[in-house]
Formats: sequence, C-alpha cells, structure tokens
Amino acid sequence: MKPALFDYVAPETVEAAVAALAGDETARPLAGGQSLIPTMNFRLSTPGRLVDLGKIESLRGIAVENGSIRVGAMTRHRELEAHGAANAANPLIGEVLDNVAHIAIRNRGTVGGSIAHADSAAELPCLLVASGGTVSVQGPDGSREIAADDLFRFHMTTTLDQTEILTEVRIPALPPATGYAFEEFARRRGDFALAGVCTLLTLEGSVCREARIAACGIGARPIRLAAAEDALRGRVVDEDARSEAGEAAKEYMTAPADTQASVAYRRDLLAALVRRTSETALKRAGR
Amino acid sequence: MAKSVLKKPIPPTSSDPRVPVTLTINGETVTREASPRMLLSDFIRHELGLTGTHVGCEHGVCGCCTVTIDGRAGRSCLAFAVQADGAVIRTIEGVAGEDGTLHPIQQAMMECHALQCGYCTPGFVMSMLSYLDETPQPDLSDKAIREMLSGNLCRCTGYSNIVKAFRRGVELMNATAD
Amino acid sequence: MSTRQFGEPVQRNADPGLLKGEGAFIDDISLPGALHAAFVRSQHARAKIRSIDISAAEAMPDVVAVYTADNIGALDVELPMLIPHPCITSGGKTQRPLARDDVFYAGQCIAMIVAVDRYAAEDACSLIEVDYEPLPVELDLEKAIADGAPPVHDDIPNNIAAHFVQESGDADAAFAAAEHTTTVRVRLERSTAAPMECRAVAARWDGVSGELTVWDSTQATISVRGGLASLFDIDEDRIRVIAPNVGGGFGQKIMMFHPDEILVPFAAMQLDRPVKYIEDRVENFIGASQERAQIHEIALAAKKDGTVLGLRDSFIHDTGAFIPYGIAIAQVASTSIAGPYRIPDIWVEMTLVYTPCVQVTPYRGCGRPQACFAIERALDRLADELGIDRTEIRRRNFIGPGEFPYKRDGLLFADGLAVNYDSGEYEKALDLITGTVDLAGFRKEQEAARVEGRYLGFGIGFYVEGTGLGPYEGGHVKVHPITGKVYVTTGLTSQGQGHETVFAQIAADQVGCDVKDVIFVEGDTQAHEWGVATFASRAAVVSGNAIHKAAVKARARIIAAAANMLETDEDSIELRDGRAWIVDGNRSVSLAEIATASNPLRYAFNEASQTATQFAPASTHDGPPLAEGQAPGIEETDYFSPSHATWAYGVHAAIVEFFPDICSMEIRRYLCIHDCGNMINPMIVEGQVMGGIGQGIGGAFYERCAFDDKGTPLAANFMDFLMPYATEVPDAEILHMETPSPLNPLGIKGVGEAGTIPVSQVIASAMEDALAPLGIGPVRESPMSPDMIHGLLSEARSRR
Repeated sequence: MKPALFDYVAPETVEAAVAALAGDETARPLAGGQSLIPTMNFRLSTPGRLVDLGKIESLRGIAVENGSIRVGAMTRHRELEAHGAANAANPLIGEVLDNVAHIAIRNRGTVGGSIAHADSAAELPCLLVASGGTVSVQGPDGSREIAADDLFRFHMTTTLDQTEILTEVRIPALPPATGYAFEEFARRRGDFALAGVCTLLTLEGSVCREARIAACGIGARPIRLAAAEDALRGRVVDEDARSEAGEAAKEYMTAPADTQASVAYRRDLLAALVRRTSETALKRAGR
Repeated sequence: MAKSVLKKPIPPTSSDPRVPVTLTINGETVTREASPRMLLSDFIRHELGLTGTHVGCEHGVCGCCTVTIDGRAGRSCLAFAVQADGAVIRTIEGVAGEDGTLHPIQQAMMECHALQCGYCTPGFVMSMLSYLDETPQPDLSDKAIREMLSGNLCRCTGYSNIVKAFRRGVELMNATAD
Repeated sequence: MSTRQFGEPVQRNADPGLLKGEGAFIDDISLPGALHAAFVRSQHARAKIRSIDISAAEAMPDVVAVYTADNIGALDVELPMLIPHPCITSGGKTQRPLARDDVFYAGQCIAMIVAVDRYAAEDACSLIEVDYEPLPVELDLEKAIADGAPPVHDDIPNNIAAHFVQESGDADAAFAAAEHTTTVRVRLERSTAAPMECRAVAARWDGVSGELTVWDSTQATISVRGGLASLFDIDEDRIRVIAPNVGGGFGQKIMMFHPDEILVPFAAMQLDRPVKYIEDRVENFIGASQERAQIHEIALAAKKDGTVLGLRDSFIHDTGAFIPYGIAIAQVASTSIAGPYRIPDIWVEMTLVYTPCVQVTPYRGCGRPQACFAIERALDRLADELGIDRTEIRRRNFIGPGEFPYKRDGLLFADGLAVNYDSGEYEKALDLITGTVDLAGFRKEQEAARVEGRYLGFGIGFYVEGTGLGPYEGGHVKVHPITGKVYVTTGLTSQGQGHETVFAQIAADQVGCDVKDVIFVEGDTQAHEWGVATFASRAAVVSGNAIHKAAVKARARIIAAAANMLETDEDSIELRDGRAWIVDGNRSVSLAEIATASNPLRYAFNEASQTATQFAPASTHDGPPLAEGQAPGIEETDYFSPSHATWAYGVHAAIVEFFPDICSMEIRRYLCIHDCGNMINPMIVEGQVMGGIGQGIGGAFYERCAFDDKGTPLAANFMDFLMPYATEVPDAEILHMETPSPLNPLGIKGVGEAGTIPVSQVIASAMEDALAPLGIGPVRESPMSPDMIHGLLSEARSRR
C-alpha cells in the first residue's frame, strides 16, 4: 500500500498554488491529507502533482466577526474544535467535530480539506449545508464565493474547478432562540456515519419559526431535508410533529445498500435521527 | 560448476527523484533525502532507523504509526516525509529517560499489563502523551478515556488494561509532579 | 524457600523493551541491501488465466526479478497437505505458490515482483497484464453443494471437500425416547484474525556457508523449517527459522505455507540478496487465512423436565478454495458440540465445502465459537419451549463434579483421541455468575426499564474448550556459568502471550532465582529444535510442563553440586535468591559458581569462576574430570507429552441495552467466569481472557468478511472490516475458578482462546431477551448487526 510517484510542490502563496494547479491537469491540492493520502496509498487516486498548501500562512486562522465564523481552509479540525469564541458563537461546530474521526485525524485534517473533499458521508459538509454557510475559492481568474447549497455536486465532487483552491469557510453564528443538534450513527466511534443529521430549530414562543435540517451519508451529497423542515415549520415540535418530520425525511434517502446497511434500515435510521435531533434541538432552543 | 548467469546490476536505491528533508526528531535535527512519495512512517522507520513506530494499515484506521508532529498526535502513514520538512517529530524512542527509565505512562502500561504483542503499543503511548500535553488534567472516567483511545486499534488486550494504564499513568505523573 | 512465583501476577519481562520501541518485529530487522517483494493477485474469484505479460514490469529499472509459475522451478507444485484425513475427497486440494492456469479466489498470488523497494515493486505490479477468463462462482454454502453448482475444482463433485460423521452413544434411540425435540439452524459468517502486525517474512542466503536464515512472523518455526528443507531439498541444519517479536497471530500465522514463506527464501537464494516481504493490510484481508463460516442444523431430544437425552448436529463448513489444514476446525466444532452437558447420545455430521475464497485455517477459537453458538442457541430455544428458565435448563444438564473423567467414546478430538473431560465445577461457575450479576435484581430493573420504553436484556453462554493437545513439547534449562542467569528454551513461538514471563516463573521456582534472571528463548530453530508450535491453547500446558520437568531435574543437579561444594548433604540445601544455602546457616554458593564448578574447564573468566575454586569440587568422583556418563555444567532437557487434551470451561453473561429506533446496542455489563486449572500468572490469564472477549465482541457484532456474489472481497480494509475500538468493547468483570487438571504435573489448562468462544451466544441471547416485548423472532446468525436487528424488528412489526 504505497502511493504512486508524483511531483511535489509546496508554494507559499495561494497565487503560486493556483498556478501550480493550472500547470498540470492531474494536479491536486494537498491539505491535511487525511482523506487524500489513504486513497493514494490504495492507489485509488494517482495525482501527477501534489500542491501542498501547508506552507501558505494566509490559509490558517479563525475569526469570529459580524455574526459569522471565518475559518481559513488549512485550519485543523482540532483547532476549530478547541476554539472558544467559535464554539460560543455556534456550539453546533463542536458537536459536529466531536464526531469526525479520531483526535489524531482531527489534529491533521483541515476544515477546508474536508469540505473540498466532499465525501457524502462527511460531517463538516453537512454542517455547512445545514447552517447555510459559504466558502471562498480562488482560481486563475480571481476569487468567488459559493453558497453551501451550490457547492456539493455528488460524492467527492464539488463545483470547484480543478484549478481553484478553497481558501476560507464561513459558518454563520447560531441565530437567537435557536436550538441545534447533530447526531450520527456509525458502527464504530469515529467511522463515517451510516447516516448523520444536523438540525437547527428557531422558536417563536412554542412554535417553530424556522427549521433547517441536513443529512449526510444518505445520498450522493449532504442534503437539506426540506420536507422534514416543512413538517416542523410553523408548528409546535411535539412528538407527532417530530415523527412526521422523520417520515418526511425518508424520501431523501437515495444511498444504495452496502455491507453495513440495507435501504430499508437506512431510511428508518434517518427518520430516527431526525426525531432524535429535533427533540434535542427543541430542548436547547427552549433554554 | 561455475555459475553461467551473471548477476544483474541492482541499483542501490529506486529511480525516484529524491529531495532533502530536514526535521527534528526526538530532539535531534537531521537531513535525509527521500522520494516525495515516501510516507513519513517509512521515512522514520527505514531512513532514520527508528523502528519503534509500527505500521498496521497504511490507511489511517489502526493508529499503530502514531507519532507527534509539531506536538500533536498524527498518523505517520497519512503524511509524506516531505510534508514534515521543518517539523518537530517525537516517536516512542524519545519517550523514556536517557538512562532508560520508563516514562510514567510506559511504567503504567507495564504495571497494568496493557500490552501483549506490543505492536500497537507505541501508537497508544504517543496518543496518550499528545492528549496529556493538550489536556493536562484529563477526565479520567472510563467513557472519556475510551473516547480518547478510540482511533487506536489493539487486537490482543480487549482495551480494559489500556484504559486502566492511562488512569494509572496520570496518577504516577501527578505523583512525580508533586 | 524462595517465594513461589507460580500463581503470582508477575510483571512481564518483555514489556520494557516493547514499551520503548525496542521490539524486533520482522520489518524492524535491518538487512542491508535487502530487496522487497510484492505480489500480483487475482482480481477474480475463479478464472482461467489465458496469459500473463510481465514484459513491462521486467523492463523497469528498479525491478530485479519477476516470478510466475513458469520460473520457480521445483516450487511450482501443490503445497503440502498438512493434516490429511481419510474423509477428505481425493486427498484434498492445496494451492500452488503462484497460480498456474487457474485462479481459485480473489487475492490468490499470480506473480511475485522483487524490486529495490516496496514502492517500486507495487509500481511493477500494476504493469503486469493478466488476461483472465472469468468462470461462474457460487458463494452460498448450501447452493454450492447442490447438483449443477459451479465447481471450484473441476474434479470435485458438488464442491464437497470432506464428509465425516462422528457418533457417541445412540442418538436414534435418544430421539425415539424423547418427550420433546427442538431443531434450530444457526449460521456464522466468515471472519479473520487481523493481527495488528500483518504477516511478514524476510530471508538471507549465505552462499559461502550454504545457510539460509528466514525470519518469519509464524507461530510454527520448527514446522516451517521442516517444510522449507523438504521443498528446497536442503538439510534442516542449514536452515534457521526465527520468529522474533510477532505482532499477534491468533491462528492465522500457524498456517503454512502462505506462498510468500517459500518464495521469499527462494528469491533470496536465487538473487543472493536479502529479500523482505511485508504483507500490507489489504493483502492480509484477501490473501491470509480466514475462518468461522459454518451453518449448523442442530436438534435436541429432551424430556419435559429439560434433560437433554440426545443431540444431532449436521453442519456445513466453508473451507475456502483449499483445505491445507484438513478437517481440523470442523473436527474441533464437532467434538465441542455438546458443551458441558451430559448429553449421552450424540450424532454429528460435517460437510466441508470448497468455496472460491481464501483458504480457511484455524482462527482463535477454531470451530468452538461455532459449536458453542449452535448448542447454546438450541438450549435457549429448548428452555423457552419447555417454559424453563434459561439458566435452570443448563443446571439440569451439567456433568457433575463427581462424574469426571467424562468420556464421549466415538467423538475424536483434533488430537485423534476420544473427548475426555478431565475436571470441572460447572454448576458452581453458573451459580457464581448468576449470583454476581444479581439476576433477580436485574429482572426488576428490566421490568422498570420496559415501562419507560427501554429495552434491557440478559444473555448467558457456557463453553468448554479442549486445550493443551500433544503430541509434545520440550523444555531446556541451563545455568549460565558466567552470569549465573538461567537460560530456558522451548520450541514454541510467542505472539505476546507472555511466555517469557510464565515460563520464567516455572523455572525460577525450581532453581530459586529471580524471574528477571531467567533468559527465555523461543521462536528460533537454532535455540531449540524439537517441538511443535503455538496454537490450540497448548503452550502453557505442554511447554510449561516440559520446562517444569527439566527445571526439576536441573534443581536436583544444582542441589547435588552445591551439597558437594558446601560439604553438606543434599537435604540441607535450599535454593533462593540465585544461590544455594545451607538451611539455617549463612553459607551459600551462587548459581554462577555452581555452574562454573560443574564444568571442569580451567579458565577463570571472571570473579564467579575464581570464587568457585574456594569451594570443594562440585562433583566427587575418581578418574577423569568428567566422569563417564556425566555432562558438564548445569543443563537439563525434558519433554512433556500429554495423555490427551485437558478441558477448560467457563460461562459469560451480559446485560445489554438495545435501541430499537437506531437498531443498535450498548453492553452495560459483561461478566466472565472461567476455569483454566491452576493459573501460572493470573494477570496474564486475565489479559488473555479479556483480549478474547474483545475479539468475541468484534465477532458478535462488528466483524464480517463480506463478499459480493462474484466472490470479490468487500471488507478488505479496516474501514469495512469493523475491528472494534476501545469505545466498542466493554470492560469485563472476570472471576477465576481453579479446578486443577489431573493430566499434568502443574495442574494447568489452556486459556488462550477461551474468551472468544461464547460471546456471540451471549449477545444473541441478550438480544432475544431484550427485544422480546417487541415480538422479535429468534436470533440465529452471527455476527449480529444493526441491519439484522432492523430485519428482526421489521419482521416482528409485519407479523403484528
């Protein structure tokens, strides 16, 4: 399990990195490497050139301002997990990151890398979709913003061009009167989930004014469960409403059966996680 | 009878390009040349000869190859040696005292019979040390310790004694610190 | 007397080195100039090979050699059939080192590349073109034996590798007399040992001396040496096989030969350079031995009071594409099938089936987990049907403490001898576990939880384990004249079981030294060349007793020499602290001095040899310095050959909470009572048991070697083969009982495999108990999984 040979460059600026990508269509950026390197060791991925983003200082750091948490793409998971202000602004971040792999992986894996890798079962893309975040990308023609809903195309594929680099991730702070919950079910702690659900409920009195629910592991990309949201929006989130939301979520489950889960089980699991997270979010919103 | 087949010339190293890698490992700064594709685990083991770091899966699941990279535990099989240029690495060989005295965590692993074949052991020790460095007063509940240890596979012990060893190691460290 | 070390939780001699990263696993051994091997492996489960094109790989500058079946000379043969048995169809199929014309499983070796490093070797693998003609396959065991099923081997009809029936008593009569019968069908899936260190082999050929050194992460150095000598036609004394530190084996490393174990030494000799093959994790999952898949149909004939009169079990065993280990696993399953129960009349039929998958050879448990699952599931069912408590029905059927030895004539165990239980206190173990778990208290808690909509269950499983099989092992004990350290060897290998400590305890007790002053060497054919290997929970029993016997003899020689040196009689000598003392006196002589004085060599290398001269001679006789028949030094060898296997046993129980909405579970409490006779080192025993339980949890709920219907492995890495982390394995409360075995001087039984055996049963039993209010059907498969729980719950819902 050794990777194939590649050309290695470690530029110090984003511009140089973009140029290095543009020079070779088999080139890929290397961020934390926690997803890319295993696929290279299996020789499922054989990039001709790796553009290591590790030396680009401008891609690191976390800032909380104007109701938004700005995370440099090369920030490690563990740095964001331990960041007091970021977690105070949106405690969902810590709850999600706690489920990402294991400490040693989170020490190396980067926030931007995980999102750009776009594994359909990964937690951070799900968080970004649920919370309505955005990313900045830079390419040969300058930079642009992409909303989470427009970022993920399908498993391990985003709308980024091969020559573009994801530079920053912005996660909105938790809105007022909003409860949150992330829960996933994985066979083993830290594995990619069979299904994971991220739920945000904003209450007005006892009524749910806004619901944002997204899931991972159930289809080709992280996906908003709009019908489940509709089942809660404008209602008291009681057991019946939560069950309806769970039932409504099932239609979004498009993943095929695999060695761990049948289609029927994954559909029911998704519904259970929608029920569980909406109950937790409700409790937290009331606090 | 004389050998009729002449030996084929064997190159001393592969034809891969080689780039210099300088890093500080267990306090010593070294420079070696390596192919850009050489995994950090192979670099540590075979270029530097520090074979205490083991390789169990080469896809980041088992944790046998865990070392600390710039102070934080990481899989050396999920990094290229070139990425570690300029980094500070610590391996299991850098844990015990210079006179061979076991570190309290190592001592506790022995006292608690937390290893059998010993293959996964260096990875566990490095994960524990990194965590303690980050969290000097850790939660010593079973749940918290198991959570921290998840990410390292052991096939021999069933983990119970490793959990006990972490608790015992913290106790020994606190006793030394007092 | 010195403090007795036997029975003490002595810390392990091996640990400091392993903890400091000083272990020497195969890939840690530096062999300057070594070349590295990698294999091209079949992509198909069953195919004809039309052609292999190695030209592009051969042309690579970093490639030194490419081997296929065409250029390995005399090695292009079917490998040895290790354990033949008359019931095996046509003598049995074994694989060739490299495939010739046909491949029989996905992962089979087709070509070996030797290159300057492993990176280059893998590059070359991807350049080898193999043209396959895929053939149809059948993975389902029952369909595979039906007429017309695609054959794994063209000349083996219905894929039946072997068929065998064993009988004890008269099962037909028992069933005719039964008041009630129960039949259940259980199925266990394929799994694998997955040691943390994959397999590895390195070899160096010394053309000058004609000596071949092979470092092999094997459990059986002596057997590997014998096999290599035979295949290479070299004298055994010219081959040294070393198993240094081995990172777990669990049976997988007892299997020989995996192709690399032959081809790597072959390449080292051919190329006159050291060669290393370090199996990677994917290769371990597709190319190394696996185990476990069996389907049992077991019937019990009983009286209304739950007394089981007879048992019939007919099972199918998946042996994979080859059967190098013969019927060993199935035979162990068939002879363990009646568990600790009296059941006098037994009929058991085994059918071994070829499947297009990697070969099946023993993995920790070796047929026992399957047999335990079958009998224990059946017994639970019988209890439920008769309205008897599941623990009570076991009590009513136990062999009583006064009934030993309890023989099952006609059931031949893996040692070829009739099953003969030597000792046990089964009912006491059951009482201990139900008392410790407070079953009555749990039932109340379970009731209360159900009211809250929570699902707790209690599960229990009993097992017996035939351990410590022969034929024999040896022990060699020598006192080193220079250092006085005690040098002990045996023919085993260690994969972390603590041999170096427990065998040191046994020897130290006899020669009166510190455990740390025992130098123990195994896993090296040059150190000890007579013996068998480490497997079947036999090391402590067989080598332990051999070392004990040798140490007893060494003790006698030490005492005799010391009595001469101290000019007293032998009864006045006691051995402690590495010295021989005059009882109640302060005069003593060290082991080094005794060993030195026992060797009539005139050089005085060190202080011990100088001081030895101050004493009277160690031997009092006339004539030459070494009397006729006398050997120099303090050195003894002895052997232990058990009369038959000794039967350990135990009972496990668990309290488990199930979560029906997500179809998962959490083990709240896990208990284990086990009895392996006298314990040499309870700390190590507990470690073995806990480790076994961890593996059992993996086997019960997580680990499965899945294949698609074309025979492609679907779980060939640690992301898909779910070996549990610390977060999935519960702590277990382990309680010991010690019923000595009457079959060996130390009164010990084996414990290596014990922990794994009943775990699937315990979880299945707990699952049925917990989910009973939801009306689930019986649990008949292992591993269980969320998907399976979902299936049971959906089925129950549709019935309602």
